[in-house]
Amino acid sequence: MTAALLFAQVEKVATPKLDWAATAPLLILCGAALLLLLISSLTTSRPARGTYAVITVLASAFAIGTAGVLWARVTDAERGAFTTAAGALTVDGFSVFFIVVISLGIALSALLADDYLRRENLDGPELYVLMLLSGAGGIVMAMANDLIVVFLGLETLSIALYVMAGFNRRRAESRESAMKYFVLGAFSSAFLLYGIAFIYGATGSTNLGDIAGFLNANTLEHTGLLLGGFALLLVGFGFKASAVPFHVWTPDVYQGAPTPVTAFMASASKAAAFAALLRVFVSTFAEYRLDWQPLIWGIAVLTLVVGSVLAIVQTDVKRMMAYSSISHAGFILVGVQAATAQGVSAALFYVLSYTFMIVGTFGVATLVSGKGDEHHGLEAYRGLSRRRPGLALTFTVFLLAQAGVPLTSGFLAKFYVIGAAVDAHSYALALIAMLSSVVSAFLYLRIVVAMYMTDEEGAEPGPRVRVPLGAGVALGLAVAFTVVVGILPQQVVHWADRAIPVVLASGR
Amino acid sequence: MLSAVWLIPALPLLGALLLLVFGRKLGEPWSGVLATLMVAGSFVAGVVTFLGLLDRPAEERQFLFHVFDWLPVGGFNVDIGFLVDPLSMTMVLFVTGVGALIHLYSIGYMHGDRGYPRFFLYLNLFAFSMLMLVLGDNLLVTFLGWEGVGACSYFLISFWFEKMPNAVAGKKAFVTNRIGDWGYMLGMFLTFTTLGSITYFAKDGSGFLQHASGLTGVTATAIALLLFVGAAGKSAQLPLYVWLPDAMAGPTPVSALIHAATMVTSGVYLMVRVSPVLAQSYHWAPQVIAWIGAITALFAATVAVSQRDIKKVLAYSTVSQLGYMFLAVGSGAYVAAIFHMVTHAFFKALLFLGSGSVIHGMHDEQDMRFMGALRKLMPITASTFIVGWLAIAGVPPFAGFWSKDEILLSAWGNNKALWAIGLVTALLTAYYMSRQVFMVFFGEPRWDQAHHVAGEAEQSAAAVDDERTDVAHGVAVDEHPAPTPHESPWTMWVPLVVLAVLAVLGGGLNLPFNHDVSFLANWLEPVVHATEVVPDVATATKVGLAVVAIIAALAGIALAAAVYLKQRVRAVEPELLLHAYHYDDALAAFFGGPGEALAEGTAMADKLVIDGAVNGAGTLVRAGGSRLRVVQTGYVRNYALGIAGGAVLALGWFLVRAGL
Repeated sequence: MTAALLFAQVEKVATPKLDWAATAPLLILCGAALLLLLISSLTTSRPARGTYAVITVLASAFAIGTAGVLWARVTDAERGAFTTAAGALTVDGFSVFFIVVISLGIALSALLADDYLRRENLDGPELYVLMLLSGAGGIVMAMANDLIVVFLGLETLSIALYVMAGFNRRRAESRESAMKYFVLGAFSSAFLLYGIAFIYGATGSTNLGDIAGFLNANTLEHTGLLLGGFALLLVGFGFKASAVPFHVWTPDVYQGAPTPVTAFMASASKAAAFAALLRVFVSTFAEYRLDWQPLIWGIAVLTLVVGSVLAIVQTDVKRMMAYSSISHAGFILVGVQAATAQGVSAALFYVLSYTFMIVGTFGVATLVSGKGDEHHGLEAYRGLSRRRPGLALTFTVFLLAQAGVPLTSGFLAKFYVIGAAVDAHSYALALIAMLSSVVSAFLYLRIVVAMYMTDEEGAEPGPRVRVPLGAGVALGLAVAFTVVVGILPQQVVHWADRAIPVVLASGR
Repeated sequence: MLSAVWLIPALPLLGALLLLVFGRKLGEPWSGVLATLMVAGSFVAGVVTFLGLLDRPAEERQFLFHVFDWLPVGGFNVDIGFLVDPLSMTMVLFVTGVGALIHLYSIGYMHGDRGYPRFFLYLNLFAFSMLMLVLGDNLLVTFLGWEGVGACSYFLISFWFEKMPNAVAGKKAFVTNRIGDWGYMLGMFLTFTTLGSITYFAKDGSGFLQHASGLTGVTATAIALLLFVGAAGKSAQLPLYVWLPDAMAGPTPVSALIHAATMVTSGVYLMVRVSPVLAQSYHWAPQVIAWIGAITALFAATVAVSQRDIKKVLAYSTVSQLGYMFLAVGSGAYVAAIFHMVTHAFFKALLFLGSGSVIHGMHDEQDMRFMGALRKLMPITASTFIVGWLAIAGVPPFAGFWSKDEILLSAWGNNKALWAIGLVTALLTAYYMSRQVFMVFFGEPRWDQAHHVAGEAEQSAAAVDDERTDVAHGVAVDEHPAPTPHESPWTMWVPLVVLAVLAVLGGGLNLPFNHDVSFLANWLEPVVHATEVVPDVATATKVGLAVVAIIAALAGIALAAAVYLKQRVRAVEPELLLHAYHYDDALAAFFGGPGEALAEGTAMADKLVIDGAVNGAGTLVRAGGSRLRVVQTGYVRNYALGIAGGAVLALGWFLVRAGL
């Protein structure tokens, strides 16, 4: 009797209904992280080389596979997007798109990390575990249908990243970058959380669907609280996306962190930040876009200008690329600023192309830097075309793509965001974006010139560069994507077009 | 037969790819042979396509070849496709024809160079890009080729990048062209936003040139002038011409192919292509183009008069001749512009290759003061060069006379002042080209004076001598004994002879006597019929104008003969040479002044920004071992301050918005 009563009471506890298929990518990534920890703690002998990396890559591949199934479900006209976990997570084309982008970021970075960790004598499962968990956090951010869940995802993403940045504990730069990132990250998280509180105060909910519904149905008499919330949220997202003036940490942290981690930060972590920004601002706060658009406009301009101009004066390639990734954030913001379906689609295309380009770029930097992760100066690249013609050509493709040269995905990415800005009548912004791409072209060509046009006799040969299998695969994939999509972009454009975020009220 | 069009760009692309992979294995001379065959094959494909087009009645001579959809975004569609019409085929034929000859020439010219396969790789890549430029059926594909030729030009100018001036010249070309590209891009965007398409012609009539007549004057003017900014950059017009003379640092076949015959004329091609838009613009827009062309022509001709470097004379001459073409475009004489472009390609390529042969024979001497009497030692080079000289000077019946005459005629019909400038330029052209020929091929041999005068010359004209010693393949002239000039190998003189024949007969392409012999005009008629302005001039006036032009040409030659042939017999006339020095100084001051100021300004800004970045943001670079200490002493606090500052600004913005 008492037992039955107990059961009855237990049944009354409201457990949210969880759609297991919809959360499969997340569960796979977290499961793989646990599996890695289990393997390493249960086995005494060292597993075969590359086991951890292979497991990580396989987990990402599975995540992408399940995402493919989800894609078919959410783009089906009859079923469409839905929410799960009591309205905490949205499953729509947008979520699936970012699951793919972030999983790709994990897989490619893991391939780079494999040899790097052995080279630096750091081999072990920990970095992969952190990467998988961090990526899962990023996916939560992209799927979140609630500001609190966004925050949860952001913290999961960030805390793992802080550790990853300091992973090369023998290098002071690495430790320092972790420290800086942590302090500033905590600082910016506080802004974000405060912003969420403001929004809650103004609308009475943290659920994005409810917020959007509230804002559509009601006209606020005093918008101060809501707009204040916008500002604080922007600080938080801008920090993660390295938008100026919240970018200050980027050059130091990108430069100090182990290079494969930098690749992960620049790809997966930035993608997650833009996912949250797009879903929260463009979709949820669409009603108030006339208020936040000018601010995004200003941030985009600053980001473009600071990113490209400061990149030029750098002599350290890794730092140069850090600034260049800031300027890419500016381009994505150009798409965000348009606040149209076209702008979102352009931003998504940009994020995906950029993921491959930037991972490839930092991948080459990983290889060229040599043991100790030290050789990042321009001189290390001098005459690379003679020592490693294939690698030099690969890097040239990434640099040209970043510069926006036609027949690469980078050109189309810039083309689409600028096109979206023009269609949204942001002519000045389009103009500035074009000018900044002209400025930054110089920077990329400078590296190309260093690789190809260097006197044989004069320069001392740079460090010997090895191209291990894992990194080779990652670079090959990245080059293939960059070139093929640069020539035949229809399919990706088609995906991006169908991945516009929807905001659903918690009832559904 | 028209479907063969895809082969035209595909063959050079294939050549470039093969050279990229197998270039080093092929080595010399097979990489050169491969590249030459590819461009020659492209020429054959061009001829086949041309015949296919000729087969059709005049009004149906337009063929669209669709390769694939490239950029489908909403309402915006860009395909990779080729537009085959009389204009693009004219371009294709002379680009591949002259290109193949120059490839052949390079086999001999580049003999023994370290970068032999790389050179031909770039040449083939260039040919591919140039063909995409002229064949593209929309502004974006043209832009693709436009950027491609620019990049190849940049690579080839800096081909001997070990030499500082070459690398600098390459950069200069790059930067100047980016300014032009910016105009092009804006023009392209404006075209799309106002006309909804950037395709020239489409089967369904949605091409922007097909409904250009619907444009308002202000939009058409803006598009035309923006595209003209691009054209002025690429075709070296005032004020963007500065890169072309410096571009002569590249190997001579490059100067002939890219910086005389093909790439620099792409601006003219673009303006002719978009002539329907130009026709729709305000009256003053074409006048701006005509005046810029005329002033450039005159300006560059006066500069050429004082140059000593054999290639610099030709470089300024090219700028000047391009000015003629824009004068024609601005006057609505599109046929004349294309006609002059073709004849100019013949004789200027001939002159450049001839100068290359001279440089080759003189063991990398480029200063004309140390040449002279070469006609006896290099008979073929000399005789072909003389043909090129007579052609550019405008002596009938050589090719240059006919095309220049048409431009002068159209200028007369447009504005008498433009005609006068054109005429003075024609006189100057005859003068400086005669000066060159007399200095190089006639008079007394002076090639043994090189090392005597070198020291003095370096002080008085550092710029010219830098050029001379630096462009030499790493061999300082002072070090080796006075070389005896010799004739060049057959791979080099055969192209010279072929081009010389073309330079003699090229005028036959478009004879003014009656409608039936105006072949080029009839051929291009379907493309330009709506926009071509036919000057309303009586036949007697036409003849009169031609006679005046001939007199001007002969006067220029006579003047040069008086100064340079007879003067050599008597003694050096210091005043004239002194005058030339002044001119050089003035030029150096004019362009070096602002240029250097700009460079210094940039350097200063660099310094400020670097210092700012280093000091302000606290880079890791300086910190050394005590990095963590640096962290603790507050750099992070500075960063946090930056973030907080940004947050305050953002909050401030929204609070103002909210009206609090």
